[in-house]
Amino acid sequence: MLRDITLGQYYQTESVIHRLDPRVKLSGTVIFIISLFLFDNFWGYLCAAVLLGTVIGLSRVPFKFMIKGMRSIMLLLMFTVIFNLFLTPGEVVVSFWKLQITKEGILVAVQMIIRLSMLIIGSSIMTLTTTPNNLTDGMEKGMRPLKLLRVPVHEIAMMMSIALRFIPILLEETDKIMKAQIARGADFESGNIFKKAKAMVPLLVPLFISAFRRANDLAMAMEARCYRGGEGRTKMKPLIYKKRDILAYLLLFTYLAGSITVGRILF
Amino acid sequence: MPIILDHVSHVYGSDTALAVKALDDISLVIPDGQFIGLIGHTGSGKSTLVQHLNGLIKATSGSIYFNGQDIDDEDYNKKELRSKVGLVFQYPEHQLFEEDVFKDVCFGPKNLGLSRTETELRAYAALKQVGLPDDCFYQSPFDLSGGQKRRVAIAGVLAMKPEVLILDEPTAGLDPKGREEILGQIKKLQQESGITVILVSHSMDDVAEYVERILVMNRGRLMYDGGPREVFAHYRELEEVGLAAPQVTYIMHQLKEKGLDVDVNATTIDEAAESIFRALP
Repeated sequence: MLRDITLGQYYQTESVIHRLDPRVKLSGTVIFIISLFLFDNFWGYLCAAVLLGTVIGLSRVPFKFMIKGMRSIMLLLMFTVIFNLFLTPGEVVVSFWKLQITKEGILVAVQMIIRLSMLIIGSSIMTLTTTPNNLTDGMEKGMRPLKLLRVPVHEIAMMMSIALRFIPILLEETDKIMKAQIARGADFESGNIFKKAKAMVPLLVPLFISAFRRANDLAMAMEARCYRGGEGRTKMKPLIYKKRDILAYLLLFTYLAGSITVGRILF
Repeated sequence: MPIILDHVSHVYGSDTALAVKALDDISLVIPDGQFIGLIGHTGSGKSTLVQHLNGLIKATSGSIYFNGQDIDDEDYNKKELRSKVGLVFQYPEHQLFEEDVFKDVCFGPKNLGLSRTETELRAYAALKQVGLPDDCFYQSPFDLSGGQKRRVAIAGVLAMKPEVLILDEPTAGLDPKGREEILGQIKKLQQESGITVILVSHSMDDVAEYVERILVMNRGRLMYDGGPREVFAHYRELEEVGLAAPQVTYIMHQLKEKGLDVDVNATTIDEAAESIFRALP
């Protein structure tokens, strides 16, 4: 029932992208997202699409999976498009009643669709090809310089990895409780919005209780194994850059430089 | 209301790389009033199977008939099916949510659209059936002990007056006394009201005491289907798939090997004791 949410779910398979250092994937995703918002012409997006396509191909994750993540932002996407379509001032193309669609509006709306869908697909590639643990390891190591500014890097990373780890567990739990309540005649689908909200109570109360119980158990288990923060903690699998990681960085910078300049050169 | 399964198969995640065949061509008839034990190793598909019986999961192929009607028909009333086939999940106490015990038990019958009096009568009767003391009725369900919570949760399903009651590992995590009490009450309920009970478990000892028919699942397939005596006669094969016969079976076989003329097919402790007394010179 709730298996449609791909964000934060790992897809297990063997590929170059899976084996990359998580720091490369993290900075790659960040650079990719920033680049999406820097472009002011369609040549840049073409470059981004080429890169995205290559990475998707290399990752060996079925494309279906990335599209699934899109469903959750459909509503947001629709809102953005509608607002941009009607509220951008400029040369009027169509007008009816008090609403006007402008040429600029259409351009902005199309741009937003491309940006947002590439953003979601790009970031779901990262989560689909990196285990949550790996991801937070990468984050911890990548943010290490911030420690000098007294940012609790290890704690943040630990919290994130626990939160990510709990997503599938809580999803499964939700599925289970939902089924149990449906077996008792609960109806989560019909009725108006108030009725639906009220129908969520038998689902949410047990879910919260179980989340607290799990958090409590986990804290206890961590203390029982003498967890006391990041000070002096070593890694079983320390992150070390390999040849392919350096190659990936090079590719990334080529993409960044290329995609920004390509528009300027052609026009 | 008999349930008939006709070549039912189920595959999880059929469109991903992680497709798992949870049920593989199961055909089965569950007549009225039987007390059935469903046994299998973890991951053998027993939980998946019982979720098919009240339409929570749809079969990938094959059909299921309840009282002669295909439950996957579009116009079939699933809500009614779920009131007739009551399913108590594993650790059912995790689904309690109301402010007090009584209200929680009322949740099921209330969803059936019954009148308030009828709902409360049923809730009261169900709480009595599971043997919960009266002074617990208006406590918060979260203040009760583990065993009591479990009873409340079972009562929550009983209050819907199902004709088929399915219990998924109802004794998991309970102490021996709690186990015996719950199973004893279920047996009593089954004998008094004549409903069909399906008890899912991986403990042979639990099952051997109470049931009249055993279904053994292994890797999504139905491995054995028969009375306890027939099934436990295959105790060597059961061991091979990670299950075990009840301890009684082992004792009787060993006694026989040592030359005592006992009935090796005894399945309950009482039967075994009687047989040993008779065999003793």
